[in-house]
Amino acid sequence: MLFLELFYVFFKIGLFGFGGGYAMLSMIQGEVVTAHQWLTTSQFADIVAISQSTPGPIGINSATYVGYMSTVNEGYPAAMGVVGSLVATTAVVLPSFLLVLLVLKVLKHYREHAVTKTIFQALRPTVVGLLLAAVLVLLTKDNFSSPSENMWQFCISIFLSVAAFVGTFFFKINPIRMILLSAVAGLLLYY
Amino acid sequence: MTQFSIFHGFVTFLKIGLFTIGGGYAMIPLIEREVVERHKWMEKEEFLDLMSLSQALPGVFAVNFSIYIGQRLRGLRGSLALAAGVVLPSFIIILLVAMFFIAFADNKVIEAIFKGVRPAVVALIAVPCVKLGKAARITPSNVWFPLLVAAVIALVGISPVYVIIAVAVGAFIYGRYFKED
Repeated sequence: MLFLELFYVFFKIGLFGFGGGYAMLSMIQGEVVTAHQWLTTSQFADIVAISQSTPGPIGINSATYVGYMSTVNEGYPAAMGVVGSLVATTAVVLPSFLLVLLVLKVLKHYREHAVTKTIFQALRPTVVGLLLAAVLVLLTKDNFSSPSENMWQFCISIFLSVAAFVGTFFFKINPIRMILLSAVAGLLLYY
Repeated sequence: MTQFSIFHGFVTFLKIGLFTIGGGYAMIPLIEREVVERHKWMEKEEFLDLMSLSQALPGVFAVNFSIYIGQRLRGLRGSLALAAGVVLPSFIIILLVAMFFIAFADNKVIEAIFKGVRPAVVALIAVPCVKLGKAARITPSNVWFPLLVAAVIALVGISPVYVIIAVAVGAFIYGRYFKED
């Protein structure tokens, strides 16, 4: 049943995943972490880091990763995890085929249509909200610790978060380099 | 134009999938170099048309794009070959990473590394949020909309899938029946 659910969830994500990889991450988070609780918020944060530092589209990377992790988290052996990742990845790609091959002809006529434009105009700020939600959901004790739990780790977490934002936004540092730098910081400070 | 063969297309897109780090949009210059400049499978104008269509439709951008190019060059078989090529490298690499990760999840070194990485990841998602906010012309007068969307998802716990559907349907009804041209 898990495979059916995985298929359904990732088909939905592929079908309604407007706005690029990060917006898709927000959908995956909503379904996989909030609704089905197959993964913890920390495991989800790990996927984002891993997706960013390995080749390929984020949507594919995260579908493969979530498919494997959620199957293994539910207590199945590693071989079933491979099946889980195959199911999730196929499901996220399938709507693209259907849309391209079937709807393309219809959409071609309506692409310049006023109603189509209104829909896309409304979806753009929605995607901004999706990304904001992804940030909010990740602001947890699991990812940052808390002042009462571990003041030292909490301060470092806040510092690393602010530094990563300033570095990538203002100084245009490559996100992969930023992940590597924070990995080194974690290793030096916590090990 | 050079002859397009399905196998050649598959290998070319395998290479593209293997060597682009940082998401689907990072693939655009590589796809352009291979498809337009090197192999001359299509003209630049058509390439740009297919690209904007791929962006307009939902789904993984790089996959949409490969399907369009493949469909245009050799129909369904072409689109299957190119999409498989672009997906396969990340599928295999992530599978190996996930297996490694399960095996080493309790390792102290890995744990220390990810304690540092997780807060940074939050910032990495905040950056495209701000950039996209600028591109979507979010101002103090309309900022309530993305804030409402974020609150409904993060605080109420409604899936983004349903939010997207609701907004699209709402915009359709508004555009079809209320908006004056």
